[in-house]
Amino acid sequence: MSTYSLSDGLASGAPRTSRAPLLATWIRESGVGVLASITWSAFGLSCLWWEDVGDWSRTHSLGIAAFVIAAVALFGTVGADYLGSAGKALRKRAPWLVALGAFLTLWEVATAKLAWLPLPFFPPPQAIIEVYTDDLPKLLDSVFASVKLQLGGYLIGATVGFLTGVSIGWSRAVGYWVHPVLRFIGPLPATAWLPIAFFTFPSSWSASTFLIALATGFPVTVLTWSGVASVSNAYYDVARTLGAKPSFLVLKVAIPAALPHVFVGLFMGLGSSFAVLVVAEMIGVKAGLGWYLQWAQGWAAYANMYAALIVMSLLCSGAITLLFSIRDRLLVWQKGTVKW
Amino acid sequence: MVATALAEAVTHPAAGAALDIEQVSHAFDIDGIELPVLSDVSISVEPGEFVALLGPSGCGKSTLLRLVAGLDKPKAGRLREDEERIKHPHPSRVVVFQDPTLFPWRSVWDNVALGLEAQGILKSQRQRVDDALDLVGLSSFRNAYPHQLSGGMAQRVALARALVNDPKILILDEPLGKLDSLTRITMQAELVSLWQRKAFTTLLVTHDAEEALVLANRVIVFSERPAHVKADIRVDRPYPRHRGDPYLADLRRQILGLLGLDATW
Repeated sequence: MSTYSLSDGLASGAPRTSRAPLLATWIRESGVGVLASITWSAFGLSCLWWEDVGDWSRTHSLGIAAFVIAAVALFGTVGADYLGSAGKALRKRAPWLVALGAFLTLWEVATAKLAWLPLPFFPPPQAIIEVYTDDLPKLLDSVFASVKLQLGGYLIGATVGFLTGVSIGWSRAVGYWVHPVLRFIGPLPATAWLPIAFFTFPSSWSASTFLIALATGFPVTVLTWSGVASVSNAYYDVARTLGAKPSFLVLKVAIPAALPHVFVGLFMGLGSSFAVLVVAEMIGVKAGLGWYLQWAQGWAAYANMYAALIVMSLLCSGAITLLFSIRDRLLVWQKGTVKW
Repeated sequence: MVATALAEAVTHPAAGAALDIEQVSHAFDIDGIELPVLSDVSISVEPGEFVALLGPSGCGKSTLLRLVAGLDKPKAGRLREDEERIKHPHPSRVVVFQDPTLFPWRSVWDNVALGLEAQGILKSQRQRVDDALDLVGLSSFRNAYPHQLSGGMAQRVALARALVNDPKILILDEPLGKLDSLTRITMQAELVSLWQRKAFTTLLVTHDAEEALVLANRVIVFSERPAHVKADIRVDRPYPRHRGDPYLADLRRQILGLLGLDATW
């Protein structure tokens, strides 16, 4: 913008360019929004135009909702300049709205209208909406049970893993005893413990908590340990000459320096604990989204499965987003971290 | 005894301490082989003196500084600060290393506050941190993080982090070695004026004969490893000194001769 060249001066002097760029700018800024509104209208039309091949109660509402979204996309992007940051955000996401509208149209036509995809296994969008409206209490109970189990196990695993990692990294004696155990047990997938855990623990809930904690604890331990072990001696020298006691060296030097590693461990632990959570719920626990999936499959309620899967994906993604935002807050001093 | 010492420390800003290095020898164990680094080094430093330690690269000067700081223990000989045996690191002897080694997770202010925080006196003496930042002219960068600073600024913060403790002995391990030549000249002048104001005893390790002569009262020249004292030269010139001073030029020629570099002059 700030560079000046001879051609800029010439171009501004020529009147023929003044109209065409205006149109081009308008198309560039609002064209995608118009396109998004077209694809969503197509989705709405596809819902309402033909009769459904099956019996679904939410087709009409879904069609109306699609037209509402089409209208929002149209006015939101065209009038973005008057809508402040919300308009800007909408414009940025407009290409995704286009793709989503096209995908939903295709999905609707391929399932509910022409039945190109075999029906009980591939439910149309309105069937999934129906699950959310009609089976909400059960779904919410499952979400609550899953979050409770996951949160408890993860917090225990992360805390124990962090403390173990710091101890191994700091104390040679602790390392001598814990390291071999860690090497022997750590790489074992936590799910391999499932059969043993379910009859040794008093309840399936405590067994699952233990397994989730185990799955979380291993990567957190190893990465915390490597973080503490890789702290440069120069930091300790500086702190010692300034009068630091051992507790200060651990709490104010080793741990903050190791924190970037710890967060990698927490991230990896989160991923593997999700896997354990779902398997544990499918096999032993009589609640939660994993159990809901299993239950839906037993009743051949495929729409419920997709609905639960979508919720699960939102929850897992939300958990990782939360972890990353905590990291960004704690590690503001780092430059160039990955944006989730 | 402790109480009076404490009272003194509070009422008088620290003046320099005397430092006695007596027949110190030291060696490293590298894969079972003993590698001697210091051989029978004796230096007696008066309170408030500015002593430069000059010697070939890798001769053991930095090792000597670590012994003075109390970070390592000598294999033989004794080190004393004001008649008291040096056994552990203590904030009365603060080191500024060649790399600023600021803690990247702490802001500039928190880095400077490190010593007071480690000693548990930060809450009552926050003003000292502000003063130290003023002293090195970086008050406006108090909230910056180390990765936002230039090399010279980072080294100034490291200096403030040392000075906030009112050290009796300031130990400088080539602190200007990695700076560009302009920043270096500016910071040499700043070091001299800080030393004149605060009157701490200063030990400076350097490779640079000119830097040693512009800054120090005394220049001690070391031999190749294992290092022993080759010459102890008094530099009796008033400050601020000029690089072109013929007296200093003459000393420089002598020193380079001692280091076996006559031909380059």
